[in-house]
Order: sequence, then C-alpha cells, then structure tokens
Amino acid sequence: MAVPEVKQSATEARLATLTMPDAGCTRAAREDALARVLETGLPGRRDEYWKYTRPDTLITSDAMPAAVLKDDEPPIFDKLDRLKIVFVDGVFSPNDSDDLSLEGVSIDRLEDICCKDIHWAKELYGVLEARGQVPVQRPLAALNTAFASDGVAIHVTGKPSKPINLIYRHASPTSDAILHHVVRVESGAEATILETGPAASRFNKCMEIDVADNGTLHHVRAQGRDHERRAATHMFTRLGQESVYKSFTLTVNGVLTRNEQIVELTGDDAVAHVAGACVGDGDFHHDDTVFVTHDAVNCESRQVFKKVLRNGATGVFQGKILVKAGAQKTDGYQISQSLLLDDDSQFLAKPELEIYADDVACSHGSTSGAIDETALFYLRSRGVPTKDATNMLTLAFLAEAVDEIEDGSLAEAIVNRLEGWLARRS
Amino acid sequence: MAALDQAQVKEGVDQETVDAVREVGTYKYGWDTDIEMEYAPKGVNPDIVRLISDKNEEPEWMTEWRLAAFERWTKMDEPTWAMVHYPPIDFQDQYYYARPKSMEEKPKSLDEVDPKLLATYEKLGIPLKEQMILAGVEGAENAPAEGRKVAVDAVFDSVSVGTTFQKELKEAGVIFCSISEAIKEHPELVKKYLGTVVPVSDNFYATLNSAVFSDGSFVYIPPGVRCPMELSTYFRINAENTGQFERTLIIADKGSYVSYLEGCTAPQRDTAQLHAAVVEIIIEEDAEVKYSTVQNWFPGDENGKGGIYNFVTKRADCRGDRSKVMWTQVETGSAVTWKYPSCILRGNESQGEFYSIAIANNYQQADTGTKMVHLGKNTKSRIVSKGISAGKAQNTYRGLVSMHPKAKDSRNYTQCDSLLIGDKCGAHTVPYIEVKNNSSRVEHEATTSKVDDDQLFYCRQRGMDEEEAVALVVNGFCKDVLQALPMEFAMEAQQLVAISLEGSVG
Repeated sequence: MAVPEVKQSATEARLATLTMPDAGCTRAAREDALARVLETGLPGRRDEYWKYTRPDTLITSDAMPAAVLKDDEPPIFDKLDRLKIVFVDGVFSPNDSDDLSLEGVSIDRLEDICCKDIHWAKELYGVLEARGQVPVQRPLAALNTAFASDGVAIHVTGKPSKPINLIYRHASPTSDAILHHVVRVESGAEATILETGPAASRFNKCMEIDVADNGTLHHVRAQGRDHERRAATHMFTRLGQESVYKSFTLTVNGVLTRNEQIVELTGDDAVAHVAGACVGDGDFHHDDTVFVTHDAVNCESRQVFKKVLRNGATGVFQGKILVKAGAQKTDGYQISQSLLLDDDSQFLAKPELEIYADDVACSHGSTSGAIDETALFYLRSRGVPTKDATNMLTLAFLAEAVDEIEDGSLAEAIVNRLEGWLARRS
Repeated sequence: MAALDQAQVKEGVDQETVDAVREVGTYKYGWDTDIEMEYAPKGVNPDIVRLISDKNEEPEWMTEWRLAAFERWTKMDEPTWAMVHYPPIDFQDQYYYARPKSMEEKPKSLDEVDPKLLATYEKLGIPLKEQMILAGVEGAENAPAEGRKVAVDAVFDSVSVGTTFQKELKEAGVIFCSISEAIKEHPELVKKYLGTVVPVSDNFYATLNSAVFSDGSFVYIPPGVRCPMELSTYFRINAENTGQFERTLIIADKGSYVSYLEGCTAPQRDTAQLHAAVVEIIIEEDAEVKYSTVQNWFPGDENGKGGIYNFVTKRADCRGDRSKVMWTQVETGSAVTWKYPSCILRGNESQGEFYSIAIANNYQQADTGTKMVHLGKNTKSRIVSKGISAGKAQNTYRGLVSMHPKAKDSRNYTQCDSLLIGDKCGAHTVPYIEVKNNSSRVEHEATTSKVDDDQLFYCRQRGMDEEEAVALVVNGFCKDVLQALPMEFAMEAQQLVAISLEGSVG
C-alpha cells in the first residue's frame, strides 16, 4: 500500500536531518532498514499501533528541547559493583566509562565490529529488528538500525562477576540520540545488563538480544528523571531452547516514553518475563508495548505491568501474546493494572491474545481503579497517616512488577527509588 | 465435520461439548424455497437506491436520506482491521432487492400470504399463525399461555411477509410493523429516531445499509407500557446472489419494557452472500430492552465454500437515566461475522449487558464483541463472552470499554473465555480499555479462576476441590446465560447447554 502523502512528507523531513554513518560491514543492513522506513513511512497518528500515543514529537526533524534536571539524587545502583559504560547525549564517553574488559564477556563499540571482524555482531545487526517488523511494523526501530550513530556489542560467553551498566547521561537540552546495541548470550552463559539515565532530549534506542540455548539474560532498566525528555526504545529478543530472559523497567517522569519489547520464543522450554512499573505525575505519557511470540513447545511467558498515575498523567499498555500453531503447552500470562490517584489521569489498554494452538494456557487481565478505600481505612484506623498509608498501598500495588527482579540488591535499589519518588510527590 | 472427527481433542475438554459443537455445525436450514421472485437489476447506484425507495412507496425525504448515504458510501473504504479474510466483494455483482412475486400486492392479512411462504416459516419452526406452539421445544405446550406468545415479523429476502398479533399489540399501544410500513404510517417517529444511534456515516456497511435497506422491523413501546408479549423478527435469505440489508429501529419510551428476538437462516449455496444489517435501539428513562439473537446464517460448507458474510452494526443508546439494555447473542452461523452490538450508556445509572456465545467451525471466521461507552454517572456494564473454535475456524473477541471523564463511579466487568477444539483453529482476544476517571472500576478477566469468592467458598465447604468448584460455577454461569434466552430459542439453547468451557485457554 502506498504511504499516505502526509506521512511521506513527515518521513522525508525527518530523513533529511539524518546521515547514515559510514559503517562498512553494517552498511547493507542499514540500507535494508532504510528501505523498510521508506516503504512504511514513520508512524503517524492514524496508525492503529499508535492509537494511544501520538508519535509526532518522536519523528519531527529536530528534537523538542528538554531541560537537564540538576539532580541531587545519587545515581541509581551507585552503591553496587558494576561495569560502567557511559554515553553522554548518545555518544560513548571513554573517560567516564570503566575499562571494558571483564571475564566472561567481551564488549566492543559498534563502530569497531567491522575492523575487529566480530562475526556474531555483524550477523546480528538489524536481523532481529527486521524479524520484528512482522506482523506489526515498527518504523522507528528500522530508522534506528539505519542511522544509529553509536552503541555497543556485548558478547556474553561465561558468567561475568558483575552487571554491565549502560549509563545514559543527558547534557545538552537539544540532544537527539540514536543508539543501537547488539547482545549475544552464548549457550550456558549468564549476565545482567542494567540501563539507567535520561539519555537525551530525544532518545531512540534499539537493542537486539540473541540468547542461545540454556543462556540467561537479566535486564533491569531505570528510565531517568528529566521531566521533558522523550524516548522511543525497542528491545528485540530471540530465545533459544531452555533459555531465560527477564526484563524489568522502571519509568519515572519524561513527557513521552514508548517502550517496545518484542520477544520471540524459538526454542522449547524457554522462559521470558517482561515487567514494568511506572509512576507518572502531570504531563507524563508512558506507553508499554509488548509483543510476545510463542513459536516452540512448553515455553513460559509473563507480562506484568503496573502504572501509578496522577495529575493528568497517561498510561498506555498494548500487550500481545501470539501463540503460533504447534506451540503447544504454552503458558502465557499477562497482567496490566493501573492505579489512578486522581480523577484527571487516564489508563488506556489493549491486552491482546492471538492463539493458534489448542493445548495452551493463556490468561490475561487488566484492571483500573482508585486506591482501595477499605485498605486505606484499615491503615488509618491503625494510626497510619493518610499520606503514608497511600504511599504504602501504592508500593504494594507496584510490588508484583518489582518482584520480577531476581537480584535482591537491584530490587532494593528500585524500591528505594520508588519510595523517594512517592515521598517527594505526596 | 470430518475435521472435527479427526481432531485430537485436548485432555480436559468435555466430550459432550465436542458433540454439541459438532451438532451445531450441521446446518439444518440449508434447503431453499422454490418461489417466483422479482429482482431489481444487479448492482448498486443511485437508480437502484431510488428504485428500492419507490418499491417501498417512501416519501421524498426518505429517498433523499438514502441518496445522501449512497453518495457518502462511494467515498468510503471497506474496513480491513477485523481478523477475517475473504475474497474481495464485488458490490456490483449482487442483487440489492428481491421479493417474492406474490408480494407485489401487499397482503392485507396473513391469510392472504402465499402458502409457500407460510410453509417456509413453518418448516423453520416459526409458524406465522397466532397460536404459538414452538415447534420441537419440549414442554412449550405446558408453558403458561402468556409466556409463549410471540409476535413475529417475518422478513423474506428484501420484504416483510407479515406481522402477527398486530391487533393485540395495538390495544396495548405498541407499534410493531415492518420499517417500510412505519415510514409511511409513523413518519414523525422514524424521522425523529432513524440514524440517531447509528449515524449514516458510521461505517462502510452501515452507510451502505442506509442507502439500500429494503425492509426490517420497527418497534415503538409507549411510556409506561410493558410489552404484552415477546416481539420477534425472523430473517430468511432465500434468493441467490442477493444481499439482505435490513434495518431495525426499536424505541422504548419512558418506563417501558420489551423483549425482542431475532433469528436468521439461509439456504446452502456455493457462493457467498452479503448480509449487512443495522439495528438501532433508543431507550428512554427507566425503560428496558432485552435483545436476543440466534444467528444461524448458512456458514458455508465444510470446505469453506459459500456462506453468508454477516456485517452487522447494532447499537443501543441508553438515553434516559436508569435505562437498561441487555444483548444476548448466540452466533453459530455465517462464513464471516463482523458484529459488535454496543451500548452507549448516556443516562445516569444506566446499564448495559452483553452475553455472547460464538461457535465457529470448519472455515468460519467470527470477529465479534461489544462496545460499552460509559458517559453517564454510576453506569454499569457487564460483558461475558465465550468463544469456541473448531475445525479451521478463527474466533475473535473484539471489544471496547470506555469510561469517559464524567462517568464517575461507573463499573465494568468483562470476562471472555475461549475454547479451542483441535489444533487447526484459532482464538483471539482484542480488548480495548480506556479509563479516564479514577472513581470507576474496570476489570477485564480472561481466566476461569476469577469467579465469585462466596460461591467458591460455598462449594469448597461442601468438599469440592478448587478446580471442581470453579468449573461448576463457570459452567453454571454459562448455562444461566443460555437458559435466559427466550422460549423461542429454547431449542437451540438446549443443544448449546451441553457446552462446557473446561479446558479453555483464556
């Protein structure tokens, strides 16, 4: 189908501001991705997949300015031992980063994968993104593959002793960053990747994750505090036999965040958990879009998303479980819940199931409502002030999502952040 | 049914259910009536629209209304978002008007109707005589006389053949007639309400319907009247290559009540036929409408050949405070179904309910569900949808629950379960949930575990394990819906009661 004129001109305007990096071995993948963008055009507000989130500001020629928050809070995970890889406004900063050598993992910059001839990365770049364009198109991810200016290739071959932390700092109020990472977890290997920080005024990030048989990847992300930042992120994950992928995202602030997780279970007995907790206050729009495809036998997937919203904040959840024919014994679960702390906020959800196999258990639930008055009354009758009681119940509401984090110290850091946010806001 | 016989049925799926689905899948209404027909030329254009309007002897304003709709339709695109696939429809290769020759002169009473037509309905179990013993329904003859009376409007291809119990209804002040008659006899009511719930521009098929609808039923229940009997319209498509476009308009004035039933069948043919209906219901203060459908259009044969394309727009507007609507549908027919009976809950404390059982077999595709639009304060809605797929069928629940900012303290509860029989079919759920205030509660569940805690506790107290208790409660509920179907549909319901949703996939 031809791209509508409005879309076409918007796409052309955006592309005019971008130059494809001189990228050697990833050139072909980038050209293909550009062709995908041209074929579909960038997202428009009439696209069904963008029904609840307006993509306008994500595709304008220039990023909308976003003030850099003077942060008095120490960076999250500061107390934990981790390997730091720092990007400032989407540019790798060697001075701020740690030495990239760590046992069990090799880390390279994206621009080095050609000269160092890193086969797996060359072969992975753009591949999972391209697979993820069917059945739903994700033009922002294709745009990313075509124009990403930086990123890392993480090759997990053993069990590194500490998490790898990608830190995204925001310095310029007009920064517009496009980052693309590729991750390969080898058979039997296990690692934890952390992502933190507000990144840029506008951030387009794509991560392709290939987990081989018996591999395990933990992913914990804390999307930072700058109020005016905008972000569109895509995580494409392919899972082999008996592999495990567990991802948790905490989102606070930001005028617009669209997080897409595309997970494909291709090996039998694989496990994928994708969770998210978000707290929004005021001019805040947060969208979790998840697409889990079961294409193997006896796999398990969980989607757990919780949103606390107030003062006109908007929370969106679009989740899908697709069970392909033959993916018998699938265990799919999906829950999306919102807690609306006042009357101005809204929750928009589209929790979908598409099932082509008969011997499966898939369930989904979605609820929305105010804080439980009975529980509040119970706490108050026991002498807890309303404010504290509300915060307590809010944390309890978010707990199911936070519980998806396996590592206790990471979970604790996330809970501390949430407590801090609630204390400041109430 | 071969596909179903060979299918490896998953453990835990009740054999009785499989048998019942198989039974439902055997189409019993595939015969046709050999009767001389009169057709309008094939295709649709302003002349055809005028011709239909002429045949119905409509006033000028109605013709203009239709022509405006047609004009609009030519600029619209066919929707493609539903999870259904079918070859492109050639809208010019259809008859838009077909009526039995004998209906040229409208019969003055049922006695004058062509016996062949009467026999057709007799054979379908819908006798157009005013003594209603429902054919084949056990125990119907013992039912109290009041309970078994059903007034029927019978629509055969493009025209209404006759309406029973006219006199008795008139005494109660109820108007129940074909819409073509209503346009002539009660233009003020039609003018006031037609197109106010489903606007002319609503969607592709509704707009087409607005241009070419040939007949349908009209109901007006005056203030404070409880309709003395159930009203029913029975649609039969008989002619080949003919689309049926009927329009139903139901108005329940303040404090009134009516239960309305709809049934439909078609002969077995190799080519697909189009059916695009519009149903509009207006419910004023304190009024209540119960609308039940057993949709049994020809579903196509076991190789997916033929069948009806059922593209229907149904909507109820609860305008007054405390008004109430209840949609109950049993969808077993049609090759392709595209149908979302909806409720606009405008009045404060108004209520909408939607109960649906959709069974798709062979190559059937059903994309069905509901919309609950909460606008008034304290409004309540409940959605219970059960989808069963067998053979190579695809069954989709698609629904919207929308809580507007002013719909304070509203409630919605949605439950949709699907059951797959065999590994070649599909079951899909596409709910849209939009909550724009925090005093409302919305719950969407697609698991069998969420049943009433008290009931569960009761069962467990009596020694059942949790699974048994859940099964009992859920199945009991499913049966409740079916048994709530009016007597008219008791026969179909009896079959379907055997269906259990044990082993449903969510």
